[in-house]
Amino acid sequence: MAAYLIRRLIQSALILLGVSVITFLLLYILPADPVRQIAGRSATPEVVENIRRQLGLDQPVWVQYGNYLWGLLHGDMGRSYLQRSEVASLIAARLPATLQLMLGAIIAELVIGLTLGVVAALNRGKPLDTSLMVASFAAVSAPQFVVALLLLYVFAVKLGWFPIGGYGTFSHLVLPSITMGIMGAGWYSRMMRSSMLDVLRADYIRTARAKGLGRMRVILRHALPNAILPVIAMIGMDIGIFMGGVVVVESVFGWPGIGQLAWQAIQRVDIPIIMGVTITSAVAIVLGNLLADLITPFIDPRIKLR
Amino acid sequence: MKKLMISTALVAALALPAAAQETLDPNAKAGGDIIITYKDDVATLDPAIGYDWQNWSMIKSIFDGLMDYEPGTTTLRPGLAESYEMSEDGLTYTFKLRPGVKFHNGREMTAEDVKYSLDRVTNPETQSPGAGFFGSIAGYDAAAAGEAEGLSGVSVIDPQTVEIKLSRPDATFLHLMALNFASVVPKEAVDEYGADFGKNPVGTGAYSLGEWTIGQRVVLTKNPDYWRDGLPYLDSITFEIGQEPVVALLRLQNGEVDVPGDGIPPAKFQEVMSDPDQAARVVEGGQLHTGYITMNVGTPPFDKVEVRRAVNMALNKDRIVQMINNRAVPATQPLPPSMPGYTEGYEGIAYDVEGAKKLMADAGYADGVDTELYVMNTDPNPRIAQAIQQDLSQIGINAEIRALAQANVIEAGGNGSAPMIWSGGMAWIADFPDPSNFYGPILGCDGAGDGGWNWSKYCNEDLDAAATEADSMAAEDQAEARLQAWSDIYMKVMEDAPWAPVFNEQRFTMKSARMGGDDALYVDPVSIPVNYDYVYVSE
Repeated sequence: MAAYLIRRLIQSALILLGVSVITFLLLYILPADPVRQIAGRSATPEVVENIRRQLGLDQPVWVQYGNYLWGLLHGDMGRSYLQRSEVASLIAARLPATLQLMLGAIIAELVIGLTLGVVAALNRGKPLDTSLMVASFAAVSAPQFVVALLLLYVFAVKLGWFPIGGYGTFSHLVLPSITMGIMGAGWYSRMMRSSMLDVLRADYIRTARAKGLGRMRVILRHALPNAILPVIAMIGMDIGIFMGGVVVVESVFGWPGIGQLAWQAIQRVDIPIIMGVTITSAVAIVLGNLLADLITPFIDPRIKLR
Repeated sequence: MKKLMISTALVAALALPAAAQETLDPNAKAGGDIIITYKDDVATLDPAIGYDWQNWSMIKSIFDGLMDYEPGTTTLRPGLAESYEMSEDGLTYTFKLRPGVKFHNGREMTAEDVKYSLDRVTNPETQSPGAGFFGSIAGYDAAAAGEAEGLSGVSVIDPQTVEIKLSRPDATFLHLMALNFASVVPKEAVDEYGADFGKNPVGTGAYSLGEWTIGQRVVLTKNPDYWRDGLPYLDSITFEIGQEPVVALLRLQNGEVDVPGDGIPPAKFQEVMSDPDQAARVVEGGQLHTGYITMNVGTPPFDKVEVRRAVNMALNKDRIVQMINNRAVPATQPLPPSMPGYTEGYEGIAYDVEGAKKLMADAGYADGVDTELYVMNTDPNPRIAQAIQQDLSQIGINAEIRALAQANVIEAGGNGSAPMIWSGGMAWIADFPDPSNFYGPILGCDGAGDGGWNWSKYCNEDLDAAATEADSMAAEDQAEARLQAWSDIYMKVMEDAPWAPVFNEQRFTMKSARMGGDDALYVDPVSIPVNYDYVYVSE
């Protein structure tokens, strides 16, 4: 177990290093000059060159990357080109909002997805099952931007149940969480349905029924816990998907997380922020996957980590 | 046929008397808090650095410069300077400071602060995007190169007097002293916060920074000791950040927001204007903006003036204006109509498809030619580019549209690889209301170098010389002649046709029913988008 953990941690570090190199190179070859963005349209060529020199952007790319990595290893993500603030503090100020949203999305997708999956499984082959599975397919394929605006329009503007975007209270969290969770919900409902069907066919369920336990009791006590575990193990993988989703969802709902930060930074070629958010997200994804793998043996004792 | 517009000409009265008291709006009520939304983050409130749509006017309200503008107009008036004098040769300005003006930290502002602030903005370590504006101040070159400690041309005569010497007469100088970049900042606060001064601004303005929650909100609170008596009216302004324009409009309609700072989203414009109740709360105004197509004069087929003129003739500008719901007026020349120096009565290059075809044939392109049209990829620009593409196809120019992110279009324009660019989303909006601001960086030789904003790469040295001459006419009795000179320059530009001016965008600001104050404050040409110091709430 310890050896496994060490090996995985080393792998994770290598992955992060790779992510940082690739992102840095992509930003470097991008046909847009960050110095132009800082200097603005009225700057004279001297002003532009002066800024380029001060930021070290006149140096070869490997020197630039070396400097960046050296800073990063010392916990310094640099300062934003345009905001001039420390990237670490900008991310730290926004990370709680994103984590909150991701937690909300996980709860939303599990509650919606698992419920629908169980209901579908129990009504297998009936029209309810078919329509639920069609709905889940629609949920998986619906563009988040559209879902976001639709929910906002119906539940916030027309019905007034929730605030129109913004951040702060639980009611602010509901619509963005559902928007982000709805794709996962569609996914989970399908997985839950098939997992549940597998379990319902298992011998121990028949035994439980045979010894005279009630239907509800069998489902709740015996079938559900066994069917749910393999599904839960997938949550770690969701983090990567969410990291993509936050950009859209946070923009529409005015959610002050790192997705918005990244989006604005990309528009303005604010490289330190783009790098910072990318690396933070990569860390989250790597940790999420690691955690998912570590949990698996507890869920399914047949799996051993080596 | 050419008539000159000098309504807002810079007529600098020598030794202006102290205008400490102004007539205030009799209907104005003090008090109240308003909410304004913006989509993008407020990057910084450091006046030497901030250069964005959303922070420009906030900075104006937190800081003051020596000069200022009458609210809602382009007319200069003294700000922190109580009066000023220009020497006979136009090379020395002496500013008398208003006594008793205090920074938000309680310390009195003096001439030392004025000098410190100008030294700071031109110091290369500040990395100010506005440093280049101050090139006419004596000692700029040495300061900008980091060879001198500050500007030798700026000197403190006594605590209430500052003298600024120029290396050449500069008719735009007083406008420059009204730019955000020339705002007066206290040294001790800059020293204390260093690079984070932009998040902890201290100025002399009508509002001070109350609260800043990164990515969520910026709150400005009234400066009770503001030196303009009776101002500002509002107790506080809350800027809520990160709100999509569509969502901001929904919230306005719901009574939760007072002004959507990014305006009415194009997709919702018709809906708003067709509802009388909402339309009544929309304020329309001109802005110092021109949308244009640049044609790279170094790249075939646009190296031929016939082709460039043909492009001008082929554009159906009325149809393009209709496409954006009439949120603009067709442009005839580089300068927008509300800019001093605009040539009244000039009709521009007329729409004439047959004439354009003939010019194309004269240029040797009777069989047509292929080229590329670069455009920023946000609505409505790609749609406008398609309309332009259609118009051009009528005269045999097959323009392939390249829709890219803003930074990529700017790069392609700067390095000269884009044959044509539609300027939408990146178009020139004047930094200050003077005709010279539409020339140097975007039509002059200075901007034509690699990376410059003169995307046509048009460089006419005769016109550059004429521009320098016009800007040396700093005396007040030369103001009219100077505007005529600028008018002539832009007419010559139209002859060479490096641009096809397409339209001048109008600004539409929407406000809640309770917002009060002159409509002009909501489409202020300088305090963009709203002049926060003078607006008030009526309940």
